[in-house]
Amino acid sequence: MAYIGTPTSRVDGTAKVTGTAKYAGDAAAPGLAYGAVVTSTIPKGRIAKIDAGAALRVAGVLDVLSHENRPRMARRTAAYKDDVAPEQGSPFRPLYDDKILFSGQPIALVLAEEWEIARFAATLVRVEYDVAPFVTDLHVERERAFAVEQPHKPRGDADNAHAAAAVRHEAEYFIPIEHHNPIELYASTVLWQGDGKLTVYDKTQGVQNVGNYLCAVFNLKPVELRVLSPFMGGGFGSGLRPQYQVTLAVLAARALERPVRLVLTRQQMYALCYRPATIERLVLGAERGGTLDSVGHEAIAVTSQYEDFARNDTGWSGQLYKSRHAKYVHRLARVDLPTPSDMRAPGATTGVYGLECAMDELAVALKLDPVELRLRCYSDRDQHEDIPYTSKKLRECYRQGAAVFGWDRRNREPRSMRDGSELVGWGMASGVWEALQMDTAVRIVLGANGHAEISCAFSDIGTGTYTIVAQVAADLLGLPLEAVTVQLGDSTLPQAPVEGGSWTAASVSHAIAKTADEIRKELWRLAKAMPNSPLAASRLDDIALADGRIIDKKDGGRGVPMADAMRHGRRDRLACESTNTVKEDTSHARNTHSAIFAEVKVDEELGVIRVTRVVSAVAAGRILNTKTARSQIMGGVVGGIGMALHEETLVDHTLGRMMNANIAEYHVPVNADVHDIEVIFVDEPDDLVNPLGIKGVGEIGIVGVAAAVANAVYHATGKRVRDLPITVDKLLR
Amino acid sequence: MIDFQYTRAADIADAVRQIAGDPAAKFIAGGTNLIDLMKENVERPSRLIDISRLPLREIEETPAGGLRIGALVPNSDLAHHPLVAERYPLLASAILAGASAQLRNMASTGGNLLQRTRCYYFYDTATPCNKRAPGSGCAARYGLNRMHAILGSSDACIATHPSDMCVALAALEAKVHVAGPGGERVIAFADFHRLPGDTPERDTNLRVDEIITAVELPARSFAAHYSYLKIRDRLSYAFALVAVAAALEFDRDAIKEVRLALGGVAHKPWRDVSVEAAMRGAPASRASFARAAEAMLRDARGFAHNAFKIELARRAIVRALTQAAAGTPQSQSVKKIR
Repeated sequence: MAYIGTPTSRVDGTAKVTGTAKYAGDAAAPGLAYGAVVTSTIPKGRIAKIDAGAALRVAGVLDVLSHENRPRMARRTAAYKDDVAPEQGSPFRPLYDDKILFSGQPIALVLAEEWEIARFAATLVRVEYDVAPFVTDLHVERERAFAVEQPHKPRGDADNAHAAAAVRHEAEYFIPIEHHNPIELYASTVLWQGDGKLTVYDKTQGVQNVGNYLCAVFNLKPVELRVLSPFMGGGFGSGLRPQYQVTLAVLAARALERPVRLVLTRQQMYALCYRPATIERLVLGAERGGTLDSVGHEAIAVTSQYEDFARNDTGWSGQLYKSRHAKYVHRLARVDLPTPSDMRAPGATTGVYGLECAMDELAVALKLDPVELRLRCYSDRDQHEDIPYTSKKLRECYRQGAAVFGWDRRNREPRSMRDGSELVGWGMASGVWEALQMDTAVRIVLGANGHAEISCAFSDIGTGTYTIVAQVAADLLGLPLEAVTVQLGDSTLPQAPVEGGSWTAASVSHAIAKTADEIRKELWRLAKAMPNSPLAASRLDDIALADGRIIDKKDGGRGVPMADAMRHGRRDRLACESTNTVKEDTSHARNTHSAIFAEVKVDEELGVIRVTRVVSAVAAGRILNTKTARSQIMGGVVGGIGMALHEETLVDHTLGRMMNANIAEYHVPVNADVHDIEVIFVDEPDDLVNPLGIKGVGEIGIVGVAAAVANAVYHATGKRVRDLPITVDKLLR
Repeated sequence: MIDFQYTRAADIADAVRQIAGDPAAKFIAGGTNLIDLMKENVERPSRLIDISRLPLREIEETPAGGLRIGALVPNSDLAHHPLVAERYPLLASAILAGASAQLRNMASTGGNLLQRTRCYYFYDTATPCNKRAPGSGCAARYGLNRMHAILGSSDACIATHPSDMCVALAALEAKVHVAGPGGERVIAFADFHRLPGDTPERDTNLRVDEIITAVELPARSFAAHYSYLKIRDRLSYAFALVAVAAALEFDRDAIKEVRLALGGVAHKPWRDVSVEAAMRGAPASRASFARAAEAMLRDARGFAHNAFKIELARRAIVRALTQAAAGTPQSQSVKKIR
């Protein structure tokens, strides 16, 4: 294959760096009106009064919408349930009624001829509230947290095994609320065409999910609505569910009967969704020889008052290492904040942080090298179901990662390694995620000019989907990469789920494979029908597409150009669309794995931490594009450094309000915080996970990174900080 | 953001005339802070008087052997100006410790003096804040106060001044030249910024009808022994938890002159001349630096989240003085602490 597995540069790179790639807030239309959102200043209660008089008197203001005067929206809460909404609960309905469910909730929408006018008028809307008692602090609400069902069942008798264990470790690890902070602001532009049809440019990871949602909320027929999200400036999970700006933009377009653009401010985006604050309680029981007897993992996370958001935090602990006894509990604490959401490797990022720090502490207690402990607890079979993996090269991740990092030169004693005034710490952790695949459809249109167009509704959220689609299609159709164009992010294109879970690469690639196979059959039929066809006697099984030709692999590459076959068959174009349906197969576990090694240098006196080196060795099946995949892993490592050292949404629990809702005060790593990151893709051939051996790399890059950094900080300083982020004050405490 | 008028000042006299005639107006130069605050509805000027075209972009040597820096000199130009980089490296270093390259390109010298606190509550009009809305209360006092003051705060306000440049200017004993309806006057840097007291809404002693025209540096520049050490929550582009400007001159092994100013700990760059006086004549030893640090922080007082700053400041003072004494100032590009 010419393209699969190569470091192909992004096919949309030029469009992005030259500004020709248009984002949701870029769409324009004559007569565009602009919206500005007014948000609640209290976390709970009801709106007693909205006075929009002063706003309405501003020249250029078209209308001010609120629950009192908005156009009709669905009453049934079920209509607001999108594809990825939590099963339990009723989704938030913007401008629906006078109830305040969280601080920063949209309560009015000012519409004006110009954006500046809308924004000014929004400051003039006067709101009176009846305030109700509220709570936003997980630590206050944890006692009232309730257990929710978890995907994985306990095994053995973890409590008794723990009590009897020779070596025990118990601790709580805390992850604060974190926000996705994609660089692109949430935006929607609704084009009003006057024929009752709406075209919606929306920042979303799932155009069909948004389309279905809008149809249900506004009682539209699918043909009356088209949702586009051709490019996205980062999502990290924040765009999986329809966000309120799209609901309000459609509401406004219907109210005004004209096109409307609504762009949220950075500050407003903090009230969309977030990674939930979570307490991870780990209870490990081990033999002195360094094998685990029992694993207990309890997670306590926040959720909103109106939906139960829970992910698999705890199950990784019973899966990743061999232990006879395992027990999991996941509890939710209701707080007066918006519903949390998926954020890069949801559940695993938080749960594995706890597990991998706990394993590090256990290694210290056992006086074992942390890699050695993990090798002694290594499991070649999935512990939940006692089934084999389709592939699991985690051992190889440990080996290659450690070798590149130079782990064998590590002195196990904390505070034993120095570089001048700095303490040096080396820490490591494992990572794990799922290799998922979803039903997906792809259309291929092959022209007689040798050009193919591939289309699918999936969004490219910046990960490189356009590029891998072009690579896979070029290889399977036997065309040069330049002869393939790709259309994504349009709800009218063939069906795809939301872009998430690391399932896009495998899902879309196999849909391409299936559709390309139909193109191959068509071309073979046409080729056979040609006069004096060299393929007259060929069998379909032997036919391949290569270099723009239909060839017989068995017969020395004998074949005919595709263009000739199509011309003889009088076909300008071949168009095929098919859906690749994924059959459930529970005979094997499907996972990606990683081993992360981190070096920190810590100024002993001042507690300033520098992450000077990270090596991430990843086993994720076949890597379609080593360049974009490497970027994914590097981005995950940077996210993990941020989680370990910087990121925290500060909530004033007296006001029930997020207070650092901007990217000056919400810290993510900047260039100075990121040094050498080395990515290793461990060779992991896998023809069981799926025919092309693709597992996906979107999430695995972040899992375990925060633990590796935290473990390195412990190794450097001898101080174990379990509450993230690890800041100067905690280190000096 | 509110609706506002925009005018240009033809010259300094016109700028003063315009602002005297409209006390709710604001001057705008780089706009790196003012525009943010306007977007958040914190600043609501009736008018922006654009002073960016005024001839205040020169850096000139003064007869007294110092430098006169025009109020509109961008922070980056100032930091990289040869006379500043060579003779006042403490100032250059402090500037480069702040913000980002892009912000420093826009931000002006005068504007840097007038930037407002980064207190979360000041920025959020949904919350009480005596600095933004006098009399509404201080939410930081019993709220999120990890970034807040440990020195010189009042019941009304515990905010800090966010500037790095001003910490160096305080240490260097700069003077602020201002023009008003009554003519020009000069304000000593120590008198320019205020402690919050009962009027936290007033950050400085600049009158509403005055404009900063220049900042003057005296001849004494401490180029041989200085350091600007900033401790923050990431290695760049974050406001100081604690920052220290340290400058020393020696007479043989004894300290002849010393300057010590702290950032991130008070409503203004924090200096204590009695501490500096006590250091004169002492040896440049860890013990004397520790004594100075102790004295600097003798009145420090922490709140729920920021008490750590007291010990952090103590250690940072010792470290910065050690760096300055050794002639190995903290690098702002290499983030390892020397």
